[in-house]
Amino acid sequence: MGIQRKVYVTRRVPEPGIQILKAAGCELTFWDSDEAISKDELIKGINGVDALFCMLTDCIDDEVLEAAGPNLKVVSTMSVGYEHIDLKACEKRNIRVCNTPNVSTDSVAELTVALLLLTSRRLLEGVQAVKDGEWGKWKPMWLCGMELAQKTVGILGLGRIGYGVARRLKPFGVQKILYHDVCKVAYADDVGACFAEFDTLLTECDVICICCNLTPQTKHKFNKAAFEKMKSHAILVNSGRGGVIQHDHLLEALTSGEIAAAGLDVTDPEPLPKDHPLVKQHNCIVLPHMGSNTWDSRNHMSETAADNILSIFDGKTAVGLVQ
Amino acid sequence: MAKPKVLVTRRVPSEGIDILKDSCDVDIWDSDDVMPRATLLERIKGVNGIFCTIKDEIDVEALDAAGPNLKIVGTMSVGTDHIKVTECEKRQIYVATTPDVASDSAAELTVALLLITTRRIAEGLAAIKAGEAGPWKPMWLLGNNSMGKTLGIFGFGRVGFGIARRMKPFGVSKILYTDIFDCNYAEGVATRVPFDELLKESDILCICCAVTQQTKGLFDEKVFKKMKKSAVLINTSRGAVINQKHLYDALKNNDIKAAGLDVTDPEPLPVEDPLMKLNNCVILPHLGTNTWEARRAMSINTAKNIVASLVQ
Repeated sequence: MGIQRKVYVTRRVPEPGIQILKAAGCELTFWDSDEAISKDELIKGINGVDALFCMLTDCIDDEVLEAAGPNLKVVSTMSVGYEHIDLKACEKRNIRVCNTPNVSTDSVAELTVALLLLTSRRLLEGVQAVKDGEWGKWKPMWLCGMELAQKTVGILGLGRIGYGVARRLKPFGVQKILYHDVCKVAYADDVGACFAEFDTLLTECDVICICCNLTPQTKHKFNKAAFEKMKSHAILVNSGRGGVIQHDHLLEALTSGEIAAAGLDVTDPEPLPKDHPLVKQHNCIVLPHMGSNTWDSRNHMSETAADNILSIFDGKTAVGLVQ
Repeated sequence: MAKPKVLVTRRVPSEGIDILKDSCDVDIWDSDDVMPRATLLERIKGVNGIFCTIKDEIDVEALDAAGPNLKIVGTMSVGTDHIKVTECEKRQIYVATTPDVASDSAAELTVALLLITTRRIAEGLAAIKAGEAGPWKPMWLLGNNSMGKTLGIFGFGRVGFGIARRMKPFGVSKILYTDIFDCNYAEGVATRVPFDELLKESDILCICCAVTQQTKGLFDEKVFKKMKKSAVLINTSRGAVINQKHLYDALKNNDIKAAGLDVTDPEPLPVEDPLMKLNNCVILPHLGTNTWEARRAMSINTAKNIVASLVQ
């Protein structure tokens, strides 16, 4: 009898990862749907498996891990974020946790810049005006936004994505790029980005991009006090995690003119319902978490999640080992 | 000595008007809406300078109405397709435009439109507004990265160059351009190729040329058949460069993948136009230079052009 390789996959995912697991002789069971799995179904499906291939929509907590039983060796998420996984509960049971870093970086950095431009140039209002028949003959002062040239851009979290955003913004003629992070990083020099305290980021920047993950340190970092310090013409862009922004305070800041506009690819909760005040707010652009929405990214993420599982099975170091 | 008389055909950023008022007698149509034709022909009589926008037809009728005192037509735009330039030349009337000051905004907008189209962002926005977006799904609404793609630019002027510069760090593997001459500033940025090669090779193709006899209706069914089926077409120059009926067919029949248009023919495009119904056609209401920075600079530049011409 060989090594047990039972894998439960919590969604229909791109083929490349599935092929990798099958070729290595894994026994696969699926939640065979495009929709997120419910907790009840997850508890049923995870029972007795050796590996879990999951999504960021799955809450992998104590109850779920308990239901898995003693064979579970690895939780492999098809995402970079892992705040949906209880790391302590996994550590307790000696279960490895893996994610899919790097392979979606370019997609997310690109989407972040797209969202920034969408917001600074008021393109949602433009698209809506066309659809609603409100596009009249060209007017010199209709729907004017902000040009990026000569502006100061701030990046919260100069990791892979933050760095990718900074690189892409340089030829737009931004005058200064500031960043705040848990520490200074040497590669910031390559894009001419200067470290700044969080308060400095708030008071100096015309545009701020949130490119950090969600941790106890970053949760609700953008709250009422933060918005009060920002410039009234400032734009906030979030492609990290929704929980970094206190959404009620954001709504207040947008309606009162404390900041000019916000572009959100991630929200809390996700997605926002269509009658949510932020969705209806004219100076708030909400996207349905499209950060890595390319076939390239998703195929690679699927492969990486599968490779991570095989690495753990084979006692090798996984590319995306979190712990 | 009487001050020169200038007619301003629209409400524009005040910085330009202030410059004019310093040395000229200024008559302003102080409205956000286009000056009615009859009013234009009446108030244009005897002026020395006109400060106009792209929605004012400065044709033979208008020039005749103005009379022999007209020395300069200053348009708050780069395009001059609304002005009878050859007729102005005949009458020794100088036509002044606002290149350079608007190039950054226009290039920036083109990149924004390019990304919205390749990443299917308009569909994402619509899904949220309609309450049709669910929790994250691995294979929903997938678009394409620019990384590794070939970018083609038709017309490598200030805007085309600005687009190429901005797209480099997005990881495009090749930037090609077609133009009527070699651009030395393309060195290290883009390679010049014939039109057919641009069509054949481009994954993303941006139209950045002026509309002229040569370019009017150039992008037609023959051209779309030469492009890749996976190609994305972006137009931020002038609507008339594209044959819109043929574009509709090409998008419907998957001869090309998607289009992003900031300019159309006519403008505005009526809500019933077939292009409006296509999911793979993104339409913006001619926002090319829609920044306060650009519009102020365009207003100032137009005023300076006029003052330089009329005031010794």
